Amino acid sequence: MRIPCPICGERDRREFYYQGDALALNRPDPDAGDGAWNDYIHNRDNPAGVTCDLWHHEAGCSNWLVVTRNTVTHEVLGAELASKVKGEQE
Amino acid sequence: MRLSDYGQIDRGNAVSFRFDGKTYGGFQGDTLASALLANDVRLVARSFKYHRPRGILSAGSEEPSAIVTVGSGVHQDPNVRATVQEIYDGFEANSQNRWPSLKHDLLSVNDLMAPFLSAGFYYKTFMWPRAFWEKLYEPVIRRAAGLGALSEKPNEDTYERAFAHCDVLVIGAGPAGLWAAYQLAQTGLDVILADEDFCMGGRLNSEADQIGGKPAADWAADMVATLDQMDNVRLLTRTTVTGAYDGGTYGAVERVSHHMNDRGGDRPLETFWRIHAKRAVLAAGALERTIGFSNNDRPGIMQAGAVRSYLHRYGVATGKRLVVFGNNDNAFRTANDLSAAGVEVAAYVDARADAAIDGDFPIYRGAHVTDTKGRLGLSSVQISDGGRTHNIAADCLAVSGGWNPTVHMTCHMNGRPTWDETIASFVPTAGSIPGMSVAGSAAGHLSTSACFESAQDIAARVAGDLGKTTPADPLPTAENAAYAIEPLWAVPGKARAWLDYQNDVTVKDIKQAAQENFRSVEHMKRYTTQGMATDQGKNSNVAALAILADATGRGIPDTGTTTFRPPYSPVAIAAMGGEARGTGFAPERFTTSHAVAKDMAAPMIEAGLWYRPSYFPEHGETTWRQSCDREVMMVRENVGVCDVSTLGKIDIQGKDAAKLLDFIYTNMYSTLKVGRVRYGLMLREDGHVMDDGTTARLGENHYVMTTTTAAAGLVMRHLDFVTQCLHPEWDVSFISVTEQWAQFAVAGPRARDLLSNFVEDDISNDAFGFMQCGAMNVMGVAGRLFRISFSGEMGYEVAVPARYGESLFRLLVAKAKELGGGAYGMEALNVLRIEKGFITHAEIHGRTTAFDIGMERMISAKKDCIGKTAAARPGMVDPDRECLVGLKPVGTVKQLTAGAHLFNEGDAATRANDQGYITSVGYSPTLGHFMGLGFLRNGPNRIGEHVKMVDHLRGVEAVCEVIDPVAFDPEGGRLRA
Amino acid sequence: MLKLVAKSPAEGLVPIAVGAMELNEVVPAAITSIACYHGQSAALSAALKEHHGMALPKTGQATGRAGARAIWAGPSVFLVGPEPDADLSNHAAIVDQSDSWCVLNLKGADVEAVLARLSSVDMRLKSMKKGQVVRSQLQHMNAIYHRVSDDSFDIYAFRSMAKTMVHDIDRAMRYIASRA
Repeated sequence: MRIPCPICGERDRREFYYQGDALALNRPDPDAGDGAWNDYIHNRDNPAGVTCDLWHHEAGCSNWLVVTRNTVTHEVLGAELASKVKGEQE
Repeated sequence: MRLSDYGQIDRGNAVSFRFDGKTYGGFQGDTLASALLANDVRLVARSFKYHRPRGILSAGSEEPSAIVTVGSGVHQDPNVRATVQEIYDGFEANSQNRWPSLKHDLLSVNDLMAPFLSAGFYYKTFMWPRAFWEKLYEPVIRRAAGLGALSEKPNEDTYERAFAHCDVLVIGAGPAGLWAAYQLAQTGLDVILADEDFCMGGRLNSEADQIGGKPAADWAADMVATLDQMDNVRLLTRTTVTGAYDGGTYGAVERVSHHMNDRGGDRPLETFWRIHAKRAVLAAGALERTIGFSNNDRPGIMQAGAVRSYLHRYGVATGKRLVVFGNNDNAFRTANDLSAAGVEVAAYVDARADAAIDGDFPIYRGAHVTDTKGRLGLSSVQISDGGRTHNIAADCLAVSGGWNPTVHMTCHMNGRPTWDETIASFVPTAGSIPGMSVAGSAAGHLSTSACFESAQDIAARVAGDLGKTTPADPLPTAENAAYAIEPLWAVPGKARAWLDYQNDVTVKDIKQAAQENFRSVEHMKRYTTQGMATDQGKNSNVAALAILADATGRGIPDTGTTTFRPPYSPVAIAAMGGEARGTGFAPERFTTSHAVAKDMAAPMIEAGLWYRPSYFPEHGETTWRQSCDREVMMVRENVGVCDVSTLGKIDIQGKDAAKLLDFIYTNMYSTLKVGRVRYGLMLREDGHVMDDGTTARLGENHYVMTTTTAAAGLVMRHLDFVTQCLHPEWDVSFISVTEQWAQFAVAGPRARDLLSNFVEDDISNDAFGFMQCGAMNVMGVAGRLFRISFSGEMGYEVAVPARYGESLFRLLVAKAKELGGGAYGMEALNVLRIEKGFITHAEIHGRTTAFDIGMERMISAKKDCIGKTAAARPGMVDPDRECLVGLKPVGTVKQLTAGAHLFNEGDAATRANDQGYITSVGYSPTLGHFMGLGFLRNGPNRIGEHVKMVDHLRGVEAVCEVIDPVAFDPEGGRLRA
Repeated sequence: MLKLVAKSPAEGLVPIAVGAMELNEVVPAAITSIACYHGQSAALSAALKEHHGMALPKTGQATGRAGARAIWAGPSVFLVGPEPDADLSNHAAIVDQSDSWCVLNLKGADVEAVLARLSSVDMRLKSMKKGQVVRSQLQHMNAIYHRVSDDSFDIYAFRSMAKTMVHDIDRAMRYIASRA
């Protein structure tokens, strides 16, 4: 598996640390309530198809990436800097 | 028997080798199989289950039968295919799975018991009594059924891993692979051409054909030479591409030294390549399949194509009198070639009634081979010809049931091949592997001419995808015979007819599976083990499917097919591991004081990747406890020096540095004064403790954080997460300075006396009090000093740039000794901190909360922080949770053990009664007894109570008193002294 | 008076010469991490240029020349050689990294083949030009590769791992030489 790091270019999976669903970017407010926090900390979809998750280019530029990939075909559809994705949300 | 006018072996290079203790002669360019056949050795193995005598079936890596053990001792290599292994002078191999000898194998009795050993016999026979399985059945079966044995000695061979990159990877160097590579290479694209054979050319080396007016093998050799001259082409011989993986990554094993007699030294035995290719062309060829007929597994019964390989490539006649049996024109080729070479063809048997063939040997059309004879090797063949039966004496029977395209790699990413009625076999389904195209006979083009055509076409398309145009050279003229086949899977007969030679699966087994309702191809496979051996049923799967289809009244396409997984052919685990074993498994990290500690004979303990001294033995000390006790008392009474450089150190700067620290720590750092240090607790977002450590404020916007040794990487990643994924707007940056600073703890009542030899500045309590920090000139070097303590004593940590670490440590220890102190190691450090109730990752092991360790008040109410919301959930602050306590033994057993569980005194030591567990223990010379830290239900409210410690694993039980975790100097006067 | 003695990260481990390859230690006078503050990259680049003669390198690049270089190093840029001018701290976080890294120069005709044993990244000479920088792995440790000439690379890895670093490179060199 190869991940197209926006900084370093396409790299082998071995250089990355896998974290999990990219919804980790959407941290609720402290008073958002139990439901929101439960969803943020514990609940994850398990899609057969396209999913977005976080990978850390630990052996490269140290950037967290939002990687879009297909869990059925294993196709990696793209990767963006998490800081950019987060910045655009604001 | 060797034929003088045939073969590409190097007759000028004779080699001598041994098989089963007997010496034979062969030539450079021989495989073990060809050399044995040249010496008329037909019996080379015993089969897996029935211990049937077996010979050589094929001439390639698909070989199911001729499996031997090469070498002996540490270099012993079991389960080597004789058809792949090259011989060299001094080469030695032995047959396997037989006792006492290949000719007289006692376990061939299994063959007589065959009625009881058919498909599913494990499941039916060894059901009960249950206890017999582990003690009796399994050991017996393992001894009886099996392949070669390991030496049981450490493997001394070296294996290498390597990466390669190219535009196009061409897999297989037969006519299609060579031509595709040549077309692609001329466009300037980077091409890697990999072939599992030691001589490229594929079938071209095994046929009597002419290509472009030259003998096929010569044409191949010339093409290989041409490619070798091109800078953008890399040829990998003896390299099997074993798997196709995501993103254009391919695994390949190169056999670097298996063909050499000077094994060892710097040269690896094998190299495992990870090849990244933008595109790949699979030109892996096709594999010949057998036909199921009674006793079709005797030594001397071979693939027809293999018989031609031995003839043309190795100059070996596989027998003196041959019968050829087939259902396609390819089989006829074998008879023709043999006849032309002067080898007697006793009969050519063609299942097709209308076969348009002609030759000067007896031809039987519409006929079948129905049985064979010969105990240790074929002696005669029974033919049924329109109701008449002939018995024909023969020592070799060449069989062709047709050819199966080598679709294996196209299945590696879940692709399923497609049934092609015209060639009665499966062909690759387009797009099965993104970026891979299939050319030549692997795609079902079964003439040489069609292979060239397909390679030309595929190369043009692949080049086009990469923005290049192939030259479209005129195709070489080549054989273009039609492939006329009439499917024939099995010939009815009374005796067993083999399909999977390696797992001893017969036609009857498949039918039985169908009868017992294992109708799904996947069920049949597992019930019979068809195709589950190391050859993955390369020459039997298709026939097995066809027989299952027939037995269940379905067509082959409806029956479906099992799929193939990597590796294409067996790969040694050691090859995949490469250098990553022993100390090569992970980097070793050494502190700057390592050499000094080694000089002092300190045993090392691994802490993550780091090596840290366990203790520093003094003369006369015979146990680690003696050293540890002395070192603890030395720190409590005098002064000790300890290398703490392994703790993670992170330099944090920027105008939002304080904001970041406030957010990741439970407590406040924005309020910390410059020149001060504060202990901090870090939570995960789920409310559990992630790490702890001290952070110093060196300037308004400048902090240095310390993490535990274990969590240094984790915390860096966490900081990256917080600053990139949650707050990219914060202007803050950080970098690890763990490696930059050598840092030593100087602890004990005389710490200040010791340090004053090294610094000129005033470090008195007034000038440099507890939890102060700052830049410090250390013997003329710009260093740093921190007034912190992990021992409970007056403590400093002094840091200098790492280049001075060894020197400073040596001097500190020498000076400390003058004062009656010295160095202390991990064991003493651990006891010192247990006495003080200081936690490590033994306590913050991932399931404990701030509440559990008694630090819930460190979660600031004035701000949000990671983990704050989750840590406030009711279950996380339930008083009945297991909380940190100290423990001391008060019964007759004075020992405590880490990992032991705690129970109320009167309760049985069962899971339901569990009250908690012990995380850290040590003998405290200061207190004069063992002390432990652990977690106990409602612990803080049970100080003074007695509980029972039970270590079920080590069989230790002790009555303990629950005590305050801070057992020594609870007021902390000593560290502020 | 007692005096502290400096020791270089690869002291006693190199030089090594195997076949067509050489491995030598490089000890820059200073290595300084320069992490640009928000919105300061133009000013930082100008300051670098003014005080040290090279612009801020782009991703995967190095600027300057032997003895005074700025190399891209992922989250920050490393100034390799000169002591950093104090002015730089107006635009960036400045952190001394002089003692953090073991820097080795790998040189010789087989450099491509040796690198192919160390990292999964394509560092063939045709793919990675002089002056280019790659952050990747060296076997199992993180490393920075900087191509400094036709046939040589400076390789940076953590000081504490120097022994394994030398061991891994040496082994790769021997593997290659054994095939000659």
